[in-house]
Amino acid sequence: MSTILVIAEHQDGAPKKSTLQSIEFARQLASRTSGSIHLAVIGSGASTVASALTGYGAQAIYTVEGAGLEKYLAQPYTGVVQGLIEASGATYVVATSGTFGKDLLPRVAGAQGWGMVADCTALAGDAELLYKRPMYAGNILATVRCTTPGTVIAIRASEFDAAAESGGASPVQAVELAADAAGSSFVGFEGVESERPDLGEAEVVVAGGRGLKDGENFFAVMNPMADALGAAIGASRAAVDSGFCPNDMQVGQTGKVVAPGLYFAVAISGAIQHLAGMKNSKCIVAINKDPEAPIFQVSDYGLVADAFKAVPELIEKL
Amino acid sequence: MKILVAIKRVIDPDARIRLTSDSSGVDEESVEYKVNPFCENAIEEALVLQAAHGGEVVLVTVGPEDVTQTIRSGLAMGADRAIRVEGVDADLDSDLVARILHKVVEREAPNVILLGKQAVDGDNNQVGQLLAQYMDCSQACFASEVVVEGEQAKVTREVDGGLETISIPLPAVITADLRLNEPRYASLPGIMKAKRKPIDVLTIEELGVTDTALKIEVLSLELPPARQAGSMVESVDDLLDKLKNEARVL
Repeated sequence: MSTILVIAEHQDGAPKKSTLQSIEFARQLASRTSGSIHLAVIGSGASTVASALTGYGAQAIYTVEGAGLEKYLAQPYTGVVQGLIEASGATYVVATSGTFGKDLLPRVAGAQGWGMVADCTALAGDAELLYKRPMYAGNILATVRCTTPGTVIAIRASEFDAAAESGGASPVQAVELAADAAGSSFVGFEGVESERPDLGEAEVVVAGGRGLKDGENFFAVMNPMADALGAAIGASRAAVDSGFCPNDMQVGQTGKVVAPGLYFAVAISGAIQHLAGMKNSKCIVAINKDPEAPIFQVSDYGLVADAFKAVPELIEKL
Repeated sequence: MKILVAIKRVIDPDARIRLTSDSSGVDEESVEYKVNPFCENAIEEALVLQAAHGGEVVLVTVGPEDVTQTIRSGLAMGADRAIRVEGVDADLDSDLVARILHKVVEREAPNVILLGKQAVDGDNNQVGQLLAQYMDCSQACFASEVVVEGEQAKVTREVDGGLETISIPLPAVITADLRLNEPRYASLPGIMKAKRKPIDVLTIEELGVTDTALKIEVLSLELPPARQAGSMVESVDDLLDKLKNEARVL
């Protein structure tokens, strides 16, 4: 019997899709370890978020909110997760490898003296529980073992479907835990205003590269395309480095990893760092005027064309 | 102000990665090494902070003797001195590196500790956060802007959905994202000077790290299944036809 503590990620009082992907992973882990799933919802709106998560078969849902937890800060959140590990007896802690999980989970691992599996893509091993994770921008797949009594796991969300509701009504329990920010404080957040779907969650992603020449042209091509397809906009690191668009849009080894149903790579050459972030997309379309561009080696459909002509034509004919 | 920058050398990220014949590791025969790109951002930021606030920039890395070349390239950018802790990647994991760095921090007592947000070989993205936990201090990961004001640092972070700014007390750990700065190239005088800058060599035992057991062990490596290239289409009409009728994604 094991206890798996899933740290929920939420926004505006609702769980993010990544939470359901963590639950899906936790179900796989639970079936390997005869475990039960417990959910932790921390921060403003925790009780509202928890009420949306009661149908997923968790044995317990803990909510922790109050002074010092309104906004995420590493130290108070680490302390709260430690408290919940103690309260639940968890030996596995799971969240996704977004910036929240990447910031928080290593601290939890350090605080517990446990090992952490970063960017886990699958469980492996037979009798012994092992983990698969990519290295070297996804060019190598490693099988790793955790040697400590507990394990912290950051999963690569795009490798897991969102869990479906399984019925039942998990009990929700408000837990009082002190939050010590240790002198750190939240100053502000500058969000990227967008009516479009979240890059990590979109079914269709249109991504632009350096071939779009500059920021003005980047959005002049990509905005109407995203509108026409109901897509999120991504970008190659080259486009971000050249200042065409915010880093938040970066798809690749050091940006976001996505696996939508349909991925358009527009004027993206296909450096290995970019491929690391999108090659598991179900259908990849590449539009590039260079017939030798490496992106054509991973695309399902390749079109050798000038993006400035092909994209408007595509939008018109959709 | 004293700034400690932890750096790592990695196999040239643009090179093709090959496995050894027994798949136990990455083939390091005739590979070229470079400073991990994010570590260059960390060094650059340390030099910018030093220019504004004075003080010393100290580099630290864990590696075998031939990482000296990597250290010299960091010194050539303008860092003052360096520490190399003897060790090889196969005997290290993120946690052990963080515990080694913690001992170096105790000896050096820096005000700011800068690292790259992740090394592009292991892609773990853990060492800075673990170090901050062991130091029991604040962290600001994935930094795109750092402003030090007295005993506090105001750091803007690249997070999902936008930019977040936090204020943290020093000493603290800051990890660099790519847009933090544009790393400088070493000048010729810088390269010449770097040859005479001191590099202290320490062992893990000398630092007082007694538990060297790994928490995460890499058992085997494999190449992921290659994605098959699909077909080329001749026109936008052809593409739309394939997407609608063959792939059925539109």
